[in-house]
Amino acid sequence: MSASTIAGFVGAGLVGLGLYALIVNTEPLKKLLAFNVIGNGVFLVFGIVARRGAVGAFPFDPVPQAMVITGIVVAFAASAFAVALMLRLAEESGSVSFDPEGGMGVDQGDEDA
Amino acid sequence: MILFEALDLGLAALVLGVATWTIAARRVFGAVVGYVAYGLLLAIVWVRLYAPDVALTEAAIGGGVTGVLLISASTRLGRLPAVDAPPGAALKFGAAVISALVASVLAAAVIYLPDPAPSLAPEADAHLSATGLGNAVTAVLIAYRSFDTMLEKVVLVLAVAGVWSVAPDRFWGGAPAPLGRAVPDAALVFLARILAPVGAVIGVQMFWVGADEPGGAFQGGAILAAMWMLVMMARLTDPPRISSRWLRLGLIAGPAVFLLLGLAGPVMAGSFFAFPEGFAKPVILFIEAFMVLSIAVTLPLLVLGPPNGEAGR
Repeated sequence: MSASTIAGFVGAGLVGLGLYALIVNTEPLKKLLAFNVIGNGVFLVFGIVARRGAVGAFPFDPVPQAMVITGIVVAFAASAFAVALMLRLAEESGSVSFDPEGGMGVDQGDEDA
Repeated sequence: MILFEALDLGLAALVLGVATWTIAARRVFGAVVGYVAYGLLLAIVWVRLYAPDVALTEAAIGGGVTGVLLISASTRLGRLPAVDAPPGAALKFGAAVISALVASVLAAAVIYLPDPAPSLAPEADAHLSATGLGNAVTAVLIAYRSFDTMLEKVVLVLAVAGVWSVAPDRFWGGAPAPLGRAVPDAALVFLARILAPVGAVIGVQMFWVGADEPGGAFQGGAILAAMWMLVMMARLTDPPRISSRWLRLGLIAGPAVFLLLGLAGPVMAGSFFAFPEGFAKPVILFIEAFMVLSIAVTLPLLVLGPPNGEAGR
């Protein structure tokens, strides 16, 4: 097996692991971690497309690689926004819940009014 | 060859093992520490795919900066009570089946994807001399697909606007909460004093050599961002007020310069986002310099979060 095929399997495995964790975990921060693991898997599968695009003196196709670099930065920006939303929700309600009926904290939504 | 294959298989087992551990970890803090280690291992996989530029980005942003973001979030959120009931056995089983199915389909795709894959490498190579660059990935980012990269910088600015927008009105314009403890370890302060100047030089160097060697604006900017965060963690400096004009100028400098030079393209080189013949490299490095500045300002601001009235404590 070549290095790129092995890396492709790692990517597939990461997507599977991340998807499982995304569904099963209830803590929002762990869901965010799982989401990032899925992203890493997708990037890796795209990475082997770049590797298999090797032509002549080029050991890789630079276009998918550049797109993965862009993707990593955008994934970080999305994670940071998600963290900001979680922290704000925790500040307002004293808990972070995905259940609209859940969340034992008191609603203080009009604090800024 | 056998040796490399064994190394690849060992690395694959290690990445998947640490990822599993991260996901299974009971405490969020432990999971985040596992995630940082996993990010660094993933960078080695990228090196094995002949993608040093991606490896540097993954190590600096995927592992490092995301790690700082999640660690500071876990210390703030970790004390909260768990409110949602854990999933039942049926849901866990269903999730496992679906995840295994998705992973198998992807693995099959990996096997059946065309090899060699359709490639733009010959085109990228053919026009590389016109850009004056030696690193094809940098050429794709700043020259061939420059519009994409400019828009991605805009996404970063929007992300900062999004993070700031969740600040309570009464704290608007103030400074975000400081990173790290009020009284930092003496060792951390020492490290920040020694490492930050060296790291700043390495960051600029990585941007500069990125024209010809692995590296570039993203990687260099991420290292500068890490150094600023280190200095803030050691409390040698505090987060800036978000109403600061200099901060905001730094934030938009990259996309603004990129957009202005792109708009000047029709006059200078005959087409939108085109660079003048024979003068492309200086223009590209000029744009990249402002991008480095913007990335070095943006990433720490995203980690710091919105102003929440805790500054100055």
